[in-house]
Amino acid sequence: MRYRDMPAFLAICIFIAPLNFAFAVEPHEILADPAQEARAREISQNLRCLVCQNESIDESSAPLAHDLRELVRELIIGGLSDHEILDHIQSRYGEFVLLNPRPSGSNLILYLSSPVLLAVGIALASLYIKRRRKGLNVRQASLSREEKRELKILLDLNRGKNSDQESSG
Amino acid sequence: MIAELGHFALILALFAAVFQVVVPFIGASTGWASWMKFGQVTASAQFILCLAAFASLTASFVVSDYSVAIVAMNSHSAKPLLYKITGVWGNHEGSMLLWVLILTLFGACVAWYGSNLRDEFKSRVLAVQAAISLAFLTFIEFTSNPFKRLLPPPFEGEDLNPLLQDPGLAFHPPFLYLGYVGLSITFSFAVAALIEGNVSSLWARWMRPWTLASWIFLTIGIAGGSWWAYYELGWGGWWFWDPVENASLMPWLIATALLHSAIVCEKRDTLKSWTVLLAILAFTLSLTGTFLVRSGIITSVHAFANDPTRGIFILAILGVFSGGALVLYTLRARSLTAHGAFSFVSRETALITNNILLVVATFVVFVGTFWPLISEILFDRNVSVGPPYFERAFTPIFVLLAVILPFGPLLSWKRASSGKAMRKLRVALLLSVSAGSFTWVYQTDGRMLGPLGFLLSAWLIFGALSDLWLRANVRIRDFRSTARRIRSLSRANWGRAIAHAGLGVTILGIAAITAWEIEDIRVAQPGETFEVGAYQLRFEGISQKERANYLFVQAELTLMKRGNVIGLLTPERRLYPVARMQTTEAAIDLGFLRDVYVVIGERQPNNGGWAIKTYVKPLANWIWGGALMTAFGGLLSLADRRLRVAYRFGKRKRSATHAI
Repeated sequence: MRYRDMPAFLAICIFIAPLNFAFAVEPHEILADPAQEARAREISQNLRCLVCQNESIDESSAPLAHDLRELVRELIIGGLSDHEILDHIQSRYGEFVLLNPRPSGSNLILYLSSPVLLAVGIALASLYIKRRRKGLNVRQASLSREEKRELKILLDLNRGKNSDQESSG
Repeated sequence: MIAELGHFALILALFAAVFQVVVPFIGASTGWASWMKFGQVTASAQFILCLAAFASLTASFVVSDYSVAIVAMNSHSAKPLLYKITGVWGNHEGSMLLWVLILTLFGACVAWYGSNLRDEFKSRVLAVQAAISLAFLTFIEFTSNPFKRLLPPPFEGEDLNPLLQDPGLAFHPPFLYLGYVGLSITFSFAVAALIEGNVSSLWARWMRPWTLASWIFLTIGIAGGSWWAYYELGWGGWWFWDPVENASLMPWLIATALLHSAIVCEKRDTLKSWTVLLAILAFTLSLTGTFLVRSGIITSVHAFANDPTRGIFILAILGVFSGGALVLYTLRARSLTAHGAFSFVSRETALITNNILLVVATFVVFVGTFWPLISEILFDRNVSVGPPYFERAFTPIFVLLAVILPFGPLLSWKRASSGKAMRKLRVALLLSVSAGSFTWVYQTDGRMLGPLGFLLSAWLIFGALSDLWLRANVRIRDFRSTARRIRSLSRANWGRAIAHAGLGVTILGIAAITAWEIEDIRVAQPGETFEVGAYQLRFEGISQKERANYLFVQAELTLMKRGNVIGLLTPERRLYPVARMQTTEAAIDLGFLRDVYVVIGERQPNNGGWAIKTYVKPLANWIWGGALMTAFGGLLSLADRRLRVAYRFGKRKRSATHAI
């Protein structure tokens, strides 16, 4: 296709074909009641656009995301609670649609493993510090030959400038 | 012909890598000086050969040689020159070549600038480094040859993904790779130390600048990617918890932990085996990131064309290097005895707490990223883990980290007093609580997110200021000696304070944008004026134009505040006919205190109006400004006299440093 044919092509793409770029929530979707609209946005952010790479329906311009956004808004107007809406959509599309997995069954591992790791980390660190604390009042054994040499290098590094001049002068 | 030369250079680099694995390693065990020296020659050779390969691929892109397959698939003759060049790494094969180029660059840097390293140690580092580049050169040669020819060559290329035709592609991947791949050096240092069975303060001193440098690159790379997403993706999000973003965040978190534990290792001769473990882990997570992006195992907006054999190959590399290093670690960790003793209240403890929190934060990201996969394989349960999970699980840990952070620098090593540290931070606490309360009074919606965010951020910023203030021993009445003391503060001190304050600035931006962003979605007729927050926008009209390789519609909006014109905004929607893709180009009026962000949508079929989205994003730029401050703090630390002297000193007084 040559560029001369472009205006027609452009018109087709922009004005007729479904859009596949990030505009997401369209003006006509918005509910009149700001509180209901805010709820719809909040819920949309928790639902995955199933045909997209990795986006919520709130961020996606895919037709499916559009349909789901409309569905969420219909259910809100129908008087369902946030929880009921998520349940309803989950029953239609499966658990995969939820971006915040349900804390039940095997998903508990997801939710509990980090706190457990934190607790274990703190416990191990406490034990370690306790061990290190013992050394505080013990007189250190004198340095080995190896350590003395190492110490000298470190001290020389810190005094670098002087040693520099000495060595070069 | 150019492509064949590049391919030939790549194969030579592969052979150089083979020699570099074997020769210096034998030299280090036998003490043969010339064998050890040989490693330095091959390290330079590898870099020069990879550079030649990279240059020849770049040349193929610049002259649009469509007989090279990836040029045909990712370029177009009408594309601007900048994007022809950046297109080199805008695809799987080319980006792998950039990866290896940086890998060999770091190896060569060890050879060139590592003159203060002991010869045996340096040879082992170079051997390990060469093993990594050997693995990746083999990977490129057998699964991802960038120089593959296409016969017959097409007349025109298929163009680069339009989302990537942006200056962001020029800086984001190179910085990110410099960070990722820089961590290979710390890995090689760790493995070489494990082979020798000796981790000393001097080892930590050697390793720190390399860690710091890669951490700085990684910080800039991640922040740059976040900013790119902000202006390019069309709705001003700055972090999506996408698997690939997470893949860059994990090594960053571990590298941050490593920076801090290496300080303890250097100054206090403890936490040795822990520091080594973190060094191994950091590069392991870098490799995991590479695996995630290129295997297609997890759906992501960043994924390259997926090929299972590549995934398996990288998984094998990951297994060999990380697995091998961890086995070596379990064999040798016991011999790494700690010496320094310290009490419960001490800077050591503060830094250990920092490490625990950073590791747990990494784990949160890790388990969230891989949970869909684990759940499907083990429990046959298809789940998604998205931003709501990450925000809930990650935020508390990071808040905790920010709460303890200002105490760290004010506690003394070995044995400190918590009362004393608290007294030193009295003023900072008072100021930050006032900042939080003031915000709470000033805002109108009564939510706690903004005020708490401001409190936390002020705590970090004033905490960093207190640190500098106390270290300079500021006396208001004695101005001259105070000024002298401020001047004599070391760059490491400035660096630490600025890096920590930078985190505060980032948190301030995040809190403000999350709590007070204004969004307006509407249909506007040309000529119409509408109000968003404190601003008025007049929709002047729409025009259609074309540029080199795309066509676009452009809207013109005049931005006004209290009736005064403060700017013209021109959001676009582009159509790339060759790639058959549309993109949005948001128009942003950048500001110190807020961004006004406009996106143009669809023309409404019924009334000829246009969908327009407008956001007012308070303190948006502070998010990346803070990250840059943090990176700059790292740079100051890197330029500290002690590290510079260590380098210069090592150069001149080589013989003396051979002691250990």
